[in-house]
Amino acid sequence: MTIIETKNLTYTYPGGTKPSINGVSIKVKKGEFVLITGPSGCGKTTLCRCFNGLVPHFYQGELKGEITVAGMDPTTHETHAMAKSVGLVFQNPENQLFALSVEKDVAFGLENLGMPREEMRERVEWALKLTDIHDLRERSPHEVSGGQQQRVAIAAVLAMQPEIIVLDEPTSFLDPLSAEKIFEVIHELNKEHGITVVLVEHRLDLTAKYADHIIIMDEGKVCFDGNPREILNTEETRLIGVGIPKATLLYHILKKEGLKLGDVTPLSSEEMAKLLQEAFKIK
Amino acid sequence: MIEVENLHFRYPSGVEALKGVSLIIKKGEFVAIMGQNGAGKTTLVKHFNGLLKPSEGTVRVDGVETTKTSVAALSRNAGFVFQNPDHQLFSETVEEEISFALKNFGFDEETIEKRITWALNLLALAQYRKTSPFLLSGGERKRVALASVLAWNPETLILDEPTIGQDYQQKEKLRQFIVQMQTQGKTVVIVTHDVEFVAECNPRVLLMKDGGVVADGEGREILTTPEVLAQSSIVLPQIAQVFLKLESLGLPKDVIDVYEAKEIVLKNLEKRRK
Amino acid sequence: MSVFDGLKFRKVYSPIHNLDPRMKFVYVCAMFVAAIIFGELIPLIALFLMPIPFVVLAGVQKEWLRSLRGAAFLAGFIFIINVATSFFYSGNVLTAVDVENAAAMTLRFVVLVESFSVFFLTTSPDHLGLALEQSRVPYEFAFAFTTAVRFVPVLAEEAQTIMDAQKARGLELEKGGILKRIRNYVPILIPLIVSAIRRSLELAEAMESRAWGATKKRTNLYALRLRRGDFALLAITVGLLVVAVYVRLYVPIPAVTQFL
Repeated sequence: MTIIETKNLTYTYPGGTKPSINGVSIKVKKGEFVLITGPSGCGKTTLCRCFNGLVPHFYQGELKGEITVAGMDPTTHETHAMAKSVGLVFQNPENQLFALSVEKDVAFGLENLGMPREEMRERVEWALKLTDIHDLRERSPHEVSGGQQQRVAIAAVLAMQPEIIVLDEPTSFLDPLSAEKIFEVIHELNKEHGITVVLVEHRLDLTAKYADHIIIMDEGKVCFDGNPREILNTEETRLIGVGIPKATLLYHILKKEGLKLGDVTPLSSEEMAKLLQEAFKIK
Repeated sequence: MIEVENLHFRYPSGVEALKGVSLIIKKGEFVAIMGQNGAGKTTLVKHFNGLLKPSEGTVRVDGVETTKTSVAALSRNAGFVFQNPDHQLFSETVEEEISFALKNFGFDEETIEKRITWALNLLALAQYRKTSPFLLSGGERKRVALASVLAWNPETLILDEPTIGQDYQQKEKLRQFIVQMQTQGKTVVIVTHDVEFVAECNPRVLLMKDGGVVADGEGREILTTPEVLAQSSIVLPQIAQVFLKLESLGLPKDVIDVYEAKEIVLKNLEKRRK
Repeated sequence: MSVFDGLKFRKVYSPIHNLDPRMKFVYVCAMFVAAIIFGELIPLIALFLMPIPFVVLAGVQKEWLRSLRGAAFLAGFIFIINVATSFFYSGNVLTAVDVENAAAMTLRFVVLVESFSVFFLTTSPDHLGLALEQSRVPYEFAFAFTTAVRFVPVLAEEAQTIMDAQKARGLELEKGGILKRIRNYVPILIPLIVSAIRRSLELAEAMESRAWGATKKRTNLYALRLRRGDFALLAITVGLLVVAVYVRLYVPIPAVTQFL
């Protein structure tokens, strides 16, 4: 079942000279883990903003083409109506937490929706547990680390029980271990709870292994769209300047040297190590 | 040369951010200071241009104690580029932005003109000379900030988290730029937790944790020792992860570069065949 | 990073901190009224001593003394003005009664300051925000209040970073004449404003994405409920007012000078 579909989506920011996204047509299936990547300024953030109607409601300007997200049209539904189905998590954890305690922040969206207190309490507890920050619930946001702040932001959109969570470079400010923790949380939400995940990332080393579907953008257009194992094993993706996982790159150049390795492109160090072990056994 | 001896630093609140750091950074070295957020990395490098002064111990830059001179005088020698370019850009044009420091340091008109052109060319910003820095993209703003420091040609360059929010190509350009600085004999100090970037540059690595240095050595050595990295919330670079799992095959463990990895795999397979 | 710890609030638990801020506010108002209706030194001394048990229970003695010290300068000023006025008014003579009156006026000021400071010292901002949310104040104001509390330390830290970044480019703030010194702050103010605008846009975006404005009838995760302590405070407040009014109307208040 398709949960996000765009057809020929084109948008220019007010005052902009050229479109930030240009003729984007994509399809995301329900329950997929989609990775969107591409060089800075390729339009990936703008595309995310379309999913819950920040573009065009918040940013103004005219959005051309068709878009359907979770059965709704974000151009006609207000962002707060989309919020129940699509949760957005942004890059800077500091600028998406407003309350003076963690649990109050997680409840923010539910308060806005006017949910009764008992139900809200349950949802908040649930979201805090899934993101593993239950112990921090009474702390204030500045008392917790960046990685924990970002988990609070995820819990905050999770509490609204959306069908889709969109994360725009959620770990750029975090150290690698905190980043891994975030990706594990997202992975679990996807696999265990069937939430569709759209993740925008530069760092494919840490994320490619989770993805079922990858979309690579450049200059506002989609250049590659499909299975990460096929797409990341091509010369062209490197030319656009996508940071291919080093394990995948090693596989690619060894193959080019004529080495016999398994046919499934590895996306993680584990997979690559296994392939090499097999290669060494055969000889 | 930067000499740090038993450096302690306490914030006015009483929090001890540095607990007895001693190290020497020689002229022309390339050092990456790594560690978890809050380990004291930025606090340490802010001592190199005197923005912070030791609570205990000494920091000497080219033999001069930082307590005995001003931030301006020290900055002349050690250029510090902050993480977020928006924390320093304020001028109407890129050109003015770059001339700001040059004027502060009292360069004459002619030199200022020359230096601006030089810095703009070095960072491929020449076409933006008369543009407002606020109209540029994030990556370009970062380059303007870098140019504005580079312009006075400091001996030491300190870059705080230069790769945050940068895409692969931008990082590659940054790497090439650092290599270029190196060939000119400049000292480069970066503060970062980007393991893959460090793996590609292979500098000397200083690993910090809780206000102290827990490891100091060659990148390839430190980045391939999981026990050491785990203390500082750093994960192994991906190639190192692969080779860690191949140890039983008799392959070396300290590999961080893809092309080196390729050579090693091919050579060892060859050996087996014989 | 830790220079601004003073601006960051921390949750404190004490019998006084746990009281409903609305009740505490009513109490402060009652103290205010009492301080205004008495002009004599003795009842004002009593009023001055009254909050001390609260201060001790809340464990904020240090902060309380600091706020009194802060008020000391102004208090001294008020005292001197009062003494001087009566001195010149009555033809360059100074009586003990004049001094007592001046002291009373000064103490009245101190009591006002004191009761306010006790309120703010024992009410954490999140509590205060909650009280605002649950009173008739429009939600936007309550939200603005908590967001301000949340972001003041962040902005202060940012200002420090900007200052460091410009100092690293050779800016010397203390250099030059007065005009030059003011101009020295331009490279700090502009990035600070630009960053604040960027930040507020990001905040607005995040708020929108979390259903801001979905319904007029917002609910709240927390409920402020009046507990035993709050009723005790209410009793104290009412008692204070009754006693104050009674004493004012029916009890002649002696002056300290009469005992000398």
